[in-house]
Amino acid sequence: MQDFTPISGLVGGVLIGFACALLMLLNGRIAGVSGVFAGLLPPNRSDRDWRLSFLCGLIAAPLLGTIARFSLPRPTLPADLWLVLVSGLLVGLGTRMSGGCTSGHGVCGTARLSTRSLAATAAFMVTAIATVAIVRHVIGG
Amino acid sequence: MLRVIASFGCGLLFAIGLLISGMTDPRKILGFLDLFGAWDPTLAFVMAGAVAVTGLGFALARRRSTPILAERSVLPTQAGITARLLIGSGLFGIGWGLVGLCPGPALVNLAGLNVPVILFVAAMAAGMSGYNLWQSGFAKAKRQADASAALSEG
Repeated sequence: MQDFTPISGLVGGVLIGFACALLMLLNGRIAGVSGVFAGLLPPNRSDRDWRLSFLCGLIAAPLLGTIARFSLPRPTLPADLWLVLVSGLLVGLGTRMSGGCTSGHGVCGTARLSTRSLAATAAFMVTAIATVAIVRHVIGG
Repeated sequence: MLRVIASFGCGLLFAIGLLISGMTDPRKILGFLDLFGAWDPTLAFVMAGAVAVTGLGFALARRRSTPILAERSVLPTQAGITARLLIGSGLFGIGWGLVGLCPGPALVNLAGLNVPVILFVAAMAAGMSGYNLWQSGFAKAKRQADASAALSEG
């Protein structure tokens, strides 16, 4: 539990909520990152301009942070690149099949009390927790 | 133009939220998902804050007839809990649990130009396009089958 950071978690969450609320109030769009990104890819491209600018905003944040002397994020990913590849494929496939990810279903859908999104969120939480349990405590244990 | 600036600002704010909350770090994500280990409940606080503010914003948006900068809002129209929804979410969860990246944090992390992150995003894009191509191919085959069925009936 030494890594538990509830205050920064809550503050960051509130900012994410403001971003989702503003995108709906201003542009009438759901801030679901997998959907925003997938709309830029073939074969179903649509509304390129706002999607691209949202993604530019995502990538610009850590770059602008470096001006304020924050370091760029250095995420720790598995050394096994095959695992990274399979994980990315599953995330891409699964989010298109279900129509949303942690932001679209987990945040925006839950906030709309959509039964589909609540079911989707429960489903990905269960399989993600099971995956970590197997990787860390069955295989790794 | 205003819409493009607004969505850039929303993307920026979204990413700042992810960075402050630590959600761009796969270790924080896996720490939350590791219920049977040294559990880190931070992600629940991120979700609670995000869902509460988003809910308030959406309630405000519903009181307006149109969004401020657009002619209409675009909301999901699908209803009902389908096998596709549950299987898709389940597959996403497995991918999320393997590495600890979901689409938002993965894209924010692209800024660091790390090879594994670039590979992850490329694979994610391939998974998305692959599924959509498969679906459109499936829809096309179904249309052709329907058309030939209609021909043979006529």
